[in-house]
Amino acid sequence: MKHMKYAVATVALLAGMATAAQAGTLDDVKARGKLLCGVTTGLAGFGAPNDKGEWAGLDIDLCKGIAAAVFGDASKVEYKPLSAEQRFTALQSGEVDVLARNSTWTLSRDSQLALDFVQVNYYDGQGFMVHKDLGVKSALELKGATVCVQEGTTTEKNMGDFDKANGLGFQPVKFKENDQARAAYDEGRCDAYTTDVSGLAGERTALKDPANNIILPEIISKEPLGPVVRHGDNQWGDIVRWTHNATLVAEEKGITQANVDEVKKANAADNPAADAEVQRLLGVTDKMGEGLGLSNDWGYNIIKAVGNYGEIFDRNIGPKTPIGLERGLNALWNKGGLQYSPPVR
Amino acid sequence: MASAKTAATAGAAANTLSQTKPPFWRDERVRGIIAQVAVILLLVAAFAFLIYNFLEKQSKASGPAISFDFLTNIAGFQLSFSIIDVTLDSQIGHMILAGMINTLLAAAIAGFFATILGLVVGIARLSKNWLISRIAATYIEIIRNIPLLLQLVFWFGAMIAMLPLVKESVTIGDVIFLNKKGLFLPKPIFEGSIIIFILSVLLAIGLAGVIARWAAKRQIATGQQFPTISANIALIILLPLVTYVIVDPIVWEIPVKGGFNFKGGFTVQPEMTALIIGLSISTSAYIAEIVRAGIVAVSHGQTEASLALGLKQSWTLRLVILPQALRVIIPPLISQYLNVVKNSTLAGFIGYADLFAVIGTSQNQTGRAIECIIILMGFYLAVSLIISSIMNVYNKRAALVER
Repeated sequence: MKHMKYAVATVALLAGMATAAQAGTLDDVKARGKLLCGVTTGLAGFGAPNDKGEWAGLDIDLCKGIAAAVFGDASKVEYKPLSAEQRFTALQSGEVDVLARNSTWTLSRDSQLALDFVQVNYYDGQGFMVHKDLGVKSALELKGATVCVQEGTTTEKNMGDFDKANGLGFQPVKFKENDQARAAYDEGRCDAYTTDVSGLAGERTALKDPANNIILPEIISKEPLGPVVRHGDNQWGDIVRWTHNATLVAEEKGITQANVDEVKKANAADNPAADAEVQRLLGVTDKMGEGLGLSNDWGYNIIKAVGNYGEIFDRNIGPKTPIGLERGLNALWNKGGLQYSPPVR
Repeated sequence: MASAKTAATAGAAANTLSQTKPPFWRDERVRGIIAQVAVILLLVAAFAFLIYNFLEKQSKASGPAISFDFLTNIAGFQLSFSIIDVTLDSQIGHMILAGMINTLLAAAIAGFFATILGLVVGIARLSKNWLISRIAATYIEIIRNIPLLLQLVFWFGAMIAMLPLVKESVTIGDVIFLNKKGLFLPKPIFEGSIIIFILSVLLAIGLAGVIARWAAKRQIATGQQFPTISANIALIILLPLVTYVIVDPIVWEIPVKGGFNFKGGFTVQPEMTALIIGLSISTSAYIAEIVRAGIVAVSHGQTEASLALGLKQSWTLRLVILPQALRVIIPPLISQYLNVVKNSTLAGFIGYADLFAVIGTSQNQTGRAIECIIILMGFYLAVSLIISSIMNVYNKRAALVER
């Protein structure tokens, strides 16, 4: 009889877990009181602990933005560092609510993994970094070179495609973790190191002599990096998508972390000269938040917490940071880039 | 009269005894069966639930059904090391096979060195020389108390930090080269006359067997000894050597510097070397303790008896102690060999393409997590079972035959 009682309890427990996982992610997050954000194990500028031991980076700010939109408090995030191999399984199994981990949006991942890529928060491409004294100026000169690469990434396959198209005969050395791959490259085990250019720029800062390493001009792939959610929970997908979009609209409208209160006041509901889209974004008029299942000042909360996309970019990876990346493809659409948000309407 | 009464009482007593037979739940045997049935039912229920839950979720998420078709897809990625030929156009199944071979290769080499090293350290640990036994003890304690991953990262890091750059390669006679990219050795390319050479090797081994048998027979008959081991070593080395010089069956392909790497020849990569060193050393510490336990388990009287018969110290160890110690050593040794295979899954952290690493890549390229894990589990289970059964057969032969 005793056994039976345990059996019933166990089955009930397992069944309970199963139903919990099927409920809406937003309800789960609210009930838990914090967001579980899957992030990289450490990539400077995108997601890495800073000198105070706090997570910082472009992807981290997206996590903070989502937390601000849901709770009005950007600190209600628990960061879960995931390796390249673990990341999608962790999301599928409900270990994290969202993956903000410089992951490339591809057809196979979007369709075969039961996941949804909702937006692109960084347009990237794969490149090669070499030691300067190797005297190589182009990736096409790397015939027969040994290349360090992280395992379990789109990078591996792009390298294969590029190799095949140009008959280069690369000799890859693959590591589970990017820090091992970087260290092996740094020690001279490999002639070149390949990953997304943003990653190369971040990794370069961690090398023994960053100045002695150059990133070659060839961009061998399109790598749209963006946040990922589980397939089928459209409301949660909307929230993540519009968190990024809100930062884009804010940049377009010149709203910053510093002036958001002023702008909100200046665009009060009774002001006939106010910008209607700004009013909607900051929750002054209309009830845009309701559709997302959030409070109406969700947009205000995001900008107050992390600023607009331009600010996020400059703070983490911009030209003034050690990463030193230009806006390039990631400039707003009206400034020659690809970052474009549908209207807040 | 009295006796009849006693009989009646006894009968009644017997009657009550059979009536008050304890209820079945007091019966230990029945209780045992009930408990086992309950546990099995629970297990079946748990598995059924897991499978049901998986199928249910899969149908809801409209994910792909379980299928191993992806094994015939073109991989499109390359491996850092492989014994069999792999190209960018190889199928994923072929890549996984290469990974399996890499795992077995590294584990076999590491197991071999770990056994020898472990035997030496284990015997040294029991040495009467204080210094030797302390060195062995320190070695064992240090190695056993450092996590294997740390050791592997250490060996790999040390290796690539210490080795010279390609342009500063160390060379032996411009034939063998050593640098950060590995040890480049001449590769043998066999010609037709290799058959004669192989025959000469076989002949030498055969002759050695004949000599050994003859020597043993003569020793039993006459007590005269023959230096079998040195004679046979000389035979096995000399005869093939002479044949080799005469027929010259092998052309050596010498590695040549070209572009970024050395071309041609045979390359031993630092990743593989670091893995083998790390695995061998770590496992040897455990094996050393097993060997020590085995030797200590043999009664000291055996040593004394052997020495009293006039056998040398080394003979005592080889002929009296070790055969008896083996009975104690083999069972725990089996699990060490299993550990070598399983521990080799850490290879991916230092860049060696073992099965676990290849599966990781395949899983990421295809999204077939469950299928990949099934292959992975099936492989390690099969290898483990094969190793245990082989070792168990050996154990049966070495075990004490009790009469």
